Amino acid sequence: MKLVARSETPYDADPMARFRQHLTRTTGLIGTALLLASCQLFETGDQPLTTFEPQSPAAERIDDLFWLVFWIATVVFVLVMGAIVVILFVFRDKKSEDAKEPKQLHGSPKLEVIWTVIPALILAAIAVPTVSAVFDLTECEDGAMVVEVIGHQWWFEYHYPEEDISTANVMVIPVDQPVCAEMTSDDVLHNFWVPALHGKRYLVPGQTTILPLEASETGEYWGHCAEFCGLSHSLMRARVVAMEDSEFEDWVGAQQEPTTLPAEGTPEWDGYQVFLNKACTQCHTVRFDDETASIIIPDEAFNGPELTHFASREVFAGAVLPGSDQTYQQALKNWLANPPAIKPGSYMPNLALTEQEINDLIVWLESNE
Amino acid sequence: MTATAERPQATIFKRPTATTGIWSWLTTVDHKKIGIMYGYAAFFFFILGGIEALLLRIQLAQADAEFLTAGAYNALFTMHGTTMVFLFVMPVGAAFMNYLLPLLIGARDVAFPRLNALSWWIFFFGGIFLYSTFFFGTSLAPISPEGIPGNLAAAGGPGTLHFLADSPDGGWFGYQPNAGPLYSPGTAMDYWALGLQILGLASLISSVNFIVTVFNMRAKGMRLLRMPVFAWMSTVVAFLLLFSLPIIAVALFMVTFDRQFGTLFFAPVGGGDPILWQHLFWLFGHPEVYILILPAMGIVSEVLPVFSRKPLFGYSAVVFAGAAIAFLGFGVWAHHMFASGITPVAQAAFGLATMTIAIPTGIKIFNWLGTMWGGRIRLTTPMLFAVGFVAMFTIGGLSGVTHSIVPSDWQQTDTYYIVAHFHYVLFGGAVFGLFAGLYYWFPKLTGKVMNPTLGKTHFWLQFIGFNLTFAPMHWLGLQGMVRRTWKYPAEVGLEPWNVVVTIGAFTIAASILVFMYNWYTSRRRGQDSGIDPWDARTIEWTTPNPTPEYNFATAPVVSRLDAFWHMKYDEDEEGRAVRKDDADEILAHLEYDGRNPSAPIHLPSPSYFPLIMAVGIPIIFYGIIYHTTMWGKALILIGAVISLSALIGWGIEPLEEESPVEAEDADEEDMELELVEVDDE
Amino acid sequence: MSDIAHEAPVAHHEEHESTGIDNRKLGMWIFLSSEFLFFGALITNYLLYSNRAGFEGIYPAAIYDIPFTSVSSFVLLMSSLTMVLAHNALSRGDQDGTRTWLFATAALGSVFLAGQVFEFTEFIVEYDMTLATNPAASAFYVLTGFHGTHVAIGVIMLLSLWGISRRQGSLSERHGMNLELVGLYWHFVDIIWIVIFTVVYLLSVPPG
Repeated sequence: MKLVARSETPYDADPMARFRQHLTRTTGLIGTALLLASCQLFETGDQPLTTFEPQSPAAERIDDLFWLVFWIATVVFVLVMGAIVVILFVFRDKKSEDAKEPKQLHGSPKLEVIWTVIPALILAAIAVPTVSAVFDLTECEDGAMVVEVIGHQWWFEYHYPEEDISTANVMVIPVDQPVCAEMTSDDVLHNFWVPALHGKRYLVPGQTTILPLEASETGEYWGHCAEFCGLSHSLMRARVVAMEDSEFEDWVGAQQEPTTLPAEGTPEWDGYQVFLNKACTQCHTVRFDDETASIIIPDEAFNGPELTHFASREVFAGAVLPGSDQTYQQALKNWLANPPAIKPGSYMPNLALTEQEINDLIVWLESNE
Repeated sequence: MTATAERPQATIFKRPTATTGIWSWLTTVDHKKIGIMYGYAAFFFFILGGIEALLLRIQLAQADAEFLTAGAYNALFTMHGTTMVFLFVMPVGAAFMNYLLPLLIGARDVAFPRLNALSWWIFFFGGIFLYSTFFFGTSLAPISPEGIPGNLAAAGGPGTLHFLADSPDGGWFGYQPNAGPLYSPGTAMDYWALGLQILGLASLISSVNFIVTVFNMRAKGMRLLRMPVFAWMSTVVAFLLLFSLPIIAVALFMVTFDRQFGTLFFAPVGGGDPILWQHLFWLFGHPEVYILILPAMGIVSEVLPVFSRKPLFGYSAVVFAGAAIAFLGFGVWAHHMFASGITPVAQAAFGLATMTIAIPTGIKIFNWLGTMWGGRIRLTTPMLFAVGFVAMFTIGGLSGVTHSIVPSDWQQTDTYYIVAHFHYVLFGGAVFGLFAGLYYWFPKLTGKVMNPTLGKTHFWLQFIGFNLTFAPMHWLGLQGMVRRTWKYPAEVGLEPWNVVVTIGAFTIAASILVFMYNWYTSRRRGQDSGIDPWDARTIEWTTPNPTPEYNFATAPVVSRLDAFWHMKYDEDEEGRAVRKDDADEILAHLEYDGRNPSAPIHLPSPSYFPLIMAVGIPIIFYGIIYHTTMWGKALILIGAVISLSALIGWGIEPLEEESPVEAEDADEEDMELELVEVDDE
Repeated sequence: MSDIAHEAPVAHHEEHESTGIDNRKLGMWIFLSSEFLFFGALITNYLLYSNRAGFEGIYPAAIYDIPFTSVSSFVLLMSSLTMVLAHNALSRGDQDGTRTWLFATAALGSVFLAGQVFEFTEFIVEYDMTLATNPAASAFYVLTGFHGTHVAIGVIMLLSLWGISRRQGSLSERHGMNLELVGLYWHFVDIIWIVIFTVVYLLSVPPG
C-alpha cells in the first residue's frame, strides 16, 4: 500500500478510475510477488534431502526406476485428463431444442478386454525391473564394512565393530566402498533415511535390519529419521560424511584414541568437573588417556552419545544443532541451558546449570576433538 | 398363534410414540432419520478434523515455526487422521448407505431397524468418547526401557497451545511400541484404542445389517445384477468391514492388554514383536482404504449416467471391478511396510499384488469415461464433483502405482509424497464423490435443490484449494520432507511450497464455508425439486421428495436395471432415448400415489433401547481405562447394568407395535403394471 | 401389454430370489463369519509367539495337561449334541424335552468353563505363568480367555431361553427362532474350540 501512496502519478478525480488505478497497481504488485515467489518455488539444488540427486549406485537405480514409471504414469495421466477435457467440450449438452438424446450404449466387451489387458501388460513390463531391483538392493555385499546403526529417541548412534568406535549423529564412511549398515533400535521404531544414498529402512527394537550403503562422491549427505518416533521425531536428523580412503583411515585412528584428561587448574578441568558433578556421567561415555578416569556406560544401560570425540562432529543434538542462524558455541550454550526446550521429551534433563558452568563445559567439550 | 402369549408382562417403558421433535430423533429406527443423524455427526467431526488440519498447516507454513508445541502437533495429526477416517469418511459412507440402500433396492427399511439405531448410537457415543480425551486424557513424556523419564520444558517446550497435547499422539496408525505403555504413558492412547474399538463395534453391526438387507430385502425383480452400483458398492463395503474389523479388534485388544494389563505382545523388552502390530493394523488398514473409497465410487457410478443421459458403461464390469478391488485389498497390506525389513521375496510379492489393483481401478475409470463419451452432459454441481472425482482419483491411482515399485517406495514412504497420494485418493476421491452424492440426493432429503451457483463456487474453490494443497506435497516429499514432522529447518529448502500448501488448505476451508451456507439456505429457501429434479434413472426417485416415512407407498417391482429411466424413456431404432409421451403423467401419478398410500403401512416402531444400550458401552470403556481405581470399577459395573437392562428391555419389547390394519398393500398390482410396462428385453 | 402377462409369473418366481433364510438367521451366519476371523487372528497370534525362542518364564505349551483338557473338550463337544437334541425336541413340539436339553447344554458349558477356571488357576499358582509372563503366555490367555467369554455368553443365552420356557410353559415361535440362533452360535463356539484344542494344545510345542 505504501508503494502505491508514494506513486508520483496524480490520482484521477473520478473514483472509478482511481479504483481501477489501484486495482492495476495492486495486481501488478501481487503479480510481481507471485513471479518472484514462483522462481523461489521451482528453484532446485538447495534441498539437501532431495531424492533427485542420487550419489550412490543404489539411489541412482531407484531414481531411474522412478523416472521410468513417472513417464509412463504421465502418459496415462495426459490421456485420461485429455479424454475428460475432450468429453466435457464435445459432449456437453448444447441445450438446443432439437438436440437428440444420446444412444443408450450399455458397454462393450471388446473395450473391457482392451483396457484390462493393456494396463496388465504395462504393469508386467514394470514389474520386471522392480523385482530385480528389490533383490539387488536389499542385501549387503560380502566383505562390506559394517557399521551398526542404533536408533535412540532422538539420535542415531553409529558403532563400528571392527574398528571399535562409537559415534553419534554423523556417520563417516569411505567413498566408493560398500558399507553395510546393520541396524537396530534401543527404544521405538526409527527409520534411517539418507535420500542421496538409498531408500529407507526401519530400525526395529529387538531385530536387526540391513541397509547397503555406498557413496560415489565424497561429501556430506543429509538424512532424517522417517518413522514417527515420538515427541521429537522431527528433530532426529542424520549426516553421512563420505571421505577418501586415506582420510577415513586417519579419522578411524583419531576416533580410536582416547581423549586427554584435563590437567588440574586448566579451564578444561573446570568443565570436566561440571561434567563429573552434574549427573552427565550417568549416560555419557568418555574414554580418557588415563584409563582409571574413563567413564564407560555399559551397552545395556541407558545411553547418551559418547562424548570422547564430541568436538570432532560438526552437529549435535540429533544433528539438529547448530541451526543455520547461530554459531556452534551459541547453539551449544542454548542446548546445555535447557535441552527439553529445544527437544521436547528429551531424556537429557534441564540440569539448571549456571552460565559459568555452561561456559566451562563448553571449553571442555570443545577440547574433546 | 402364540404371539399374544408372548406379549410382555407389562413393559417397563411405554413405547415411544413421538414422530416429531427431539424424542422422535432419539428413539427413531427409521433408516432415513438415522442416515441424516450419521451425516450431521460426520460433518461435525469433519469440521473438527479440518480445524486440526488448519492448525497443522499454520505450524508448517514456516520453517522452524513455534506456533504449536511438539506434543500439540503430534496430537493434532493423530486426531486429524483418526477423525477423518473413522469419524468422517466412514460415517458419511454409513449415512449414504443408511439413507439410500433401502430406497435403492426398493425396501421400506433395513433388515434390523433397531440394530441400525444401535449402530448409530454406538458410533455417536464412540466419537464423543474419543474426543473426550481432550478433556480427560493425559499424554506424558516417554519413559526409556531403563526407566529414565523424558523431559518436557516448563511450558511443554517451544510453541503454544500445549493443552491440545493431552490427546492421543501416537499417530492414527498407532505404531508400536511408540504407542505402547512405555513411550506413550498417560491415558490418551487408551482413549484412542478403546475409542476405535467402540467405533468398530458400530461398523460391525451395520455391516451385518446391510448384508442381510441386501440379501433379503430387495424388491420383487431386483436381482443382484439389477441393483444400482451404489447398492453393490455398499454390499462390498459391508463385507470388507465384516472381514477386516475382527482383525483390528484383536489388534486393539492386544494393545489395550499391553497398556492396561501388562501383557507383552508388542513390547520388545519382553520379546514382543512391534512389526506384528503393523501386519495386523494394515491387514485391516488396507481394506479400510477401500471401505472409504468404494461408497464414493458407487455414488459417482450413479451420478455420471444421470447427467450423461446414458446408462453406466459396462455395468457388470464396474461391479466386478469393485468386488475385485475389495478382494485384492486383503492381499496387499505389506506394501505399507516395504521399509520395515521384510524379506525381499515378500517385498516383491506384495509389490506385484499391489500392481494388480491398478487393473480393476483402471477398468472403473475407463468405464466412467465410456459412460460420459457420447452422452449429453449437463455440468450440474453433482456432475462437477463426480467428474472432479474421476480426475483427482486418477492422479491418486497413478501415484499409487509408483508405490508398488518397491524400490521407489523406499524413497517415498513416510514422506509427504505419501500424504499427497492418499489425499488424492481419499479427499480428491472419496470426499469429492461424497459431495457429488450430497448435491445429488439433497432433494430426497428436503424436497429442494441446492443453489447451483453456490454449488459451483464451492466446487471450484474446493478443486483449486485441493490441488494447491496436495499437488505440491508430491514435490515436497520427493525433496525430502518426512511425514509427521513438527518442524523442518530452513536449510532443507522446503518452506516456499509449504506456504502454498497452507494457502491451499485455507482455500478448502473457505469452500466448505460456502457449502455450509448453501446447505443452510437451500434447506430453507431452495427451489422446489419436484419428484424428479435430475431426470434420474433409479427407483429411489419414484418416491416423492422429501422421502415419505414409509419410502414406497406400494412395494415396487423391478424388471431391469435403471427401472425408473425406462418408465420415462423408450429407445428408437438407432438406440437413442426417446421420452415417452406420457412420462410427465407417470411422474405426476407417482407423486400423487407416493403421498397417498391406499392402505395403512406397517412400519417398525421406535424404541428407547438402542439409545440406552449404546450409552452403557462408553461408560464400560471409561471404566476399563481407569480400572485400577475404585470408581473405574464402579463405571464398568454401571455401564454393564445400563447396557444389560436395555438388552433385556429390547428382548421383551414386541418387535412391532400393534398396527390398526395389517393388510398387505392393496394396490400393489397397479404399481407393478407401470413398472413392468417398459420391459422390452 | 403382453409384457405384463409375460412378466407376472417371473415376478412370482423372483420373490424367492432373496435367500429365503430368515433375516435373523442370515444375520447370525454373517456375524459368525466375522467371528471366524476374530478367532483366526487370535490363533495366528498364538502360533506366532508359542514357539518363539528366548522368552523369559515358562511357555504354555510346556505345561498343558492334555488328558484334562481332552476331557473338558469332550464335555463341550457333547454340549453340541445336547443342543441338537434340544432343537429336535422343539421341532417335535416336545417342550419338556426342549427344556431339559437346553439345561443340559448350559450345564455342560458350565462344566467346561469350570475346567478352564481350574486350568488357569493351576497355571498361575503351580507354574507361575501369568498374563504378563511372556508374549506366548499372553497370547494363550487372551485366546482361550476370549473363547471362554464366548462360552459364558452362550451359557447365559441358553439359561435365558430355559428360564423363558419355564416361566411361559413353552417356547413360542419367536423364541423357537431364538433357540436356533443360540444353537448356531453354540455350534460355532464348539467348532472354534475344536480348532483351538487341535492347534493350540495338541500340535504346539515349546521352542527347543
